[in-house]
Amino acid sequence: MKILVCISNVPDTTTKVKFVEADTKFDTTGVQWVINPWDELSLTRALELKDDPSTGVKSVTVAHVGPASSEPTIRKALAIGADDAIRVNTEPSDGYYVASQLAEVIRKEQFDIIMCGIESSDFNGSVTGGMIAEFMNIPSVSAVSGLKIENGKPLLTREIDGGRETVSVPTPFVAIVQKGIAKEPRIAAMRGIMMARTKPVKIYEPMEAQSLTKFIVFEKPRPRAACKYIDAENPGLLIQLLQNEAKVI
Amino acid sequence: MSVLVYTQNWDGKFKKSSFELVSYASKVADMLNVSVIALSIGAVENDELKKLGNYGAGKILNVNNEQCKILDNQVYTNIISQVALKEKSSVIIISNNNEGKAIAPRLSVSLKAGIGSGVSKLPVNLNPFTVYKRTYSGNAYAQVVINSEIKILTLAQNSFDLFETTNNSVIEDLNISVDSSLLKTEVKDVQKMAGKILLTDADIVVSGGRGMKSPDNWGPIVELAGLLGAATACSRPVSDEGWRSHDEHTGQTGKIIAPNVYIAVGISGATQHLAGISSSKYIVAINSDKDAPIFEAAQYGIVGDAMKVLPKLIEAVKELKK
Ligand SMILES: Cc1cc2nc3c(=O)[nH]c(=O)nc-3n(C[C@H](O)[C@H](O)[C@H](O)COP(=O)(O)OP(=O)(O)OC[C@H]3O[C@@H](n4cnc5c(N)ncnc54)[C@H](O)[C@@H]3O)c2cc1C
Ligand SMILES: Nc1ncnc2c1ncn2[C@@H]1O[C@H](COP(=O)(O)O)[C@@H](O)[C@H]1O
Repeated sequence: MKILVCISNVPDTTTKVKFVEADTKFDTTGVQWVINPWDELSLTRALELKDDPSTGVKSVTVAHVGPASSEPTIRKALAIGADDAIRVNTEPSDGYYVASQLAEVIRKEQFDIIMCGIESSDFNGSVTGGMIAEFMNIPSVSAVSGLKIENGKPLLTREIDGGRETVSVPTPFVAIVQKGIAKEPRIAAMRGIMMARTKPVKIYEPMEAQSLTKFIVFEKPRPRAACKYIDAENPGLLIQLLQNEAKVI
Repeated sequence: MSVLVYTQNWDGKFKKSSFELVSYASKVADMLNVSVIALSIGAVENDELKKLGNYGAGKILNVNNEQCKILDNQVYTNIISQVALKEKSSVIIISNNNEGKAIAPRLSVSLKAGIGSGVSKLPVNLNPFTVYKRTYSGNAYAQVVINSEIKILTLAQNSFDLFETTNNSVIEDLNISVDSSLLKTEVKDVQKMAGKILLTDADIVVSGGRGMKSPDNWGPIVELAGLLGAATACSRPVSDEGWRSHDEHTGQTGKIIAPNVYIAVGISGATQHLAGISSSKYIVAINSDKDAPIFEAAQYGIVGDAMKVLPKLIEAVKELKK
């Protein structure tokens, strides 16, 4: 069993988001780049499965579509424990383009389980995993909060409104993961960091593919009205304001 | 030409979010000067289907065959894709909930249609087709141009008002067959949590953070929520500690919600928490630290000890209900 974890490279979640060039570009000055939080959790779960010999998971590969400047993020995934990595050397211009590239890589390299996060924390697309599956004409399971392998068969937990289901689909498939897939992200140990330097990163040149969407301009959310303070001794006033002023209860 | 809206049902019933979706679709259709077609998949009675007409759907299509008893993303995509081609839909509208996120991207590839995901407003421009969406986990919004012939929009929940109309609508049963080899999802087990107000549907949410100090202190949060008809939520450390169940966790790595009011009790207001709740219409903060960042996001605030404030609030709500 071979697992592929698709990772996107995003600004650290505490980044003060700013834009430049008349609000058309994200300001990268001083930004720390990290593995998208969901992908870190996918990777953690994939490694947990590999650690358990009964699952038959032989390798965990990470794939990223992005320029050389995102190498540190790939190295970090290798330091955490991925066996090897693939980078498609191009700007990830939109989800459709990224998924085209990843589908091509997966066709060549063959994986049984492909894991994607539910969304990248920067563009909040929530599209890549489902698109890869459709490009490859293979099943996808979405809102996956659990993945185990029993008797060589993957079993997935997916969240549905007001509950959850345990489902199975034949391999290869794409699991689009969300909260619950792993508890805490695994962190790189010293030994892992040393070993990461020598682990293989295969570089693919991009194939011809299209983008269907383009971000043209950004804006900051409108500042909200300043907070109205209500005396802690008289919280009943809050209820009155919610009823008569905000008209929400 | 048409605007196609896929309306999910829950055990044969629609929800307010389905009607929001149809209202949104009919406004988009007005902009394009075309009609709205609503598509429902699964077993739904005609009386229920008819309700979609009240929000502008001129034609209501109902597909109910064996293969759609369980949600298989490939099967559903195939059905919607066939309908979209048959009806020459130029815009397809789907909810941005779990099911929508599962289907929309597959549909995008199947129809070579670009996606505007998580839109919260009507398109800002038709030529080029430009939508307005949330980015950077709520720290920014963006205008996105969709270049393809067919466009898919997924609508953020609770972001669009209902518009009732008095349209005449027709209901049609559609016989669409899907290659049975497409159905690959096998459901082994289902666990439903009955009787709980769904966090993603709730108009009012009462949420507790680490400032509640212990799981034993949750009584007043649950009571207040019960009185207000609200759902309960929590911050990540609270669910990590196992004080509350994981499906209550809101934020960047939890649920993203947009209720009318979000009442945050003992929550500091970290950016990752705000990422999940910043689209709420009103945020109320109750926190003992007057400098807690949550007050910058809130419209109403009480600086005080939650264990003292909550009982008084509960009394006030009881008073109101009398
Ligand atoms: C990658 C990443 C993703 C994350 N995702 C999420 C996420 O999705 N959701 C999330 O919530 N967090 C998330 N976090 C964690 C986040 O950074 C904060 O640590 C977390 O939100 C803090 O939770 P809290 O506000 O409950 O606790 P604290 O920050 O400890 O705040 C407790 C608050 O309670 C107040 N308080 C104390 N006593 C009382 C009292 N008696 N009465 C009233 N108020 C009191 C304090 O003044 C304080 O403001 C994430 C972090 C990372 C790194
Ligand atoms: N450039 C990329 N390279 C590899 N995987 C990606 C890339 N962008 C997105 N993904 C994967 O797709 C998921 C969802 O991202 P998105 O569709 O951009 O919201 C991420 O969690 C990753 O698993």
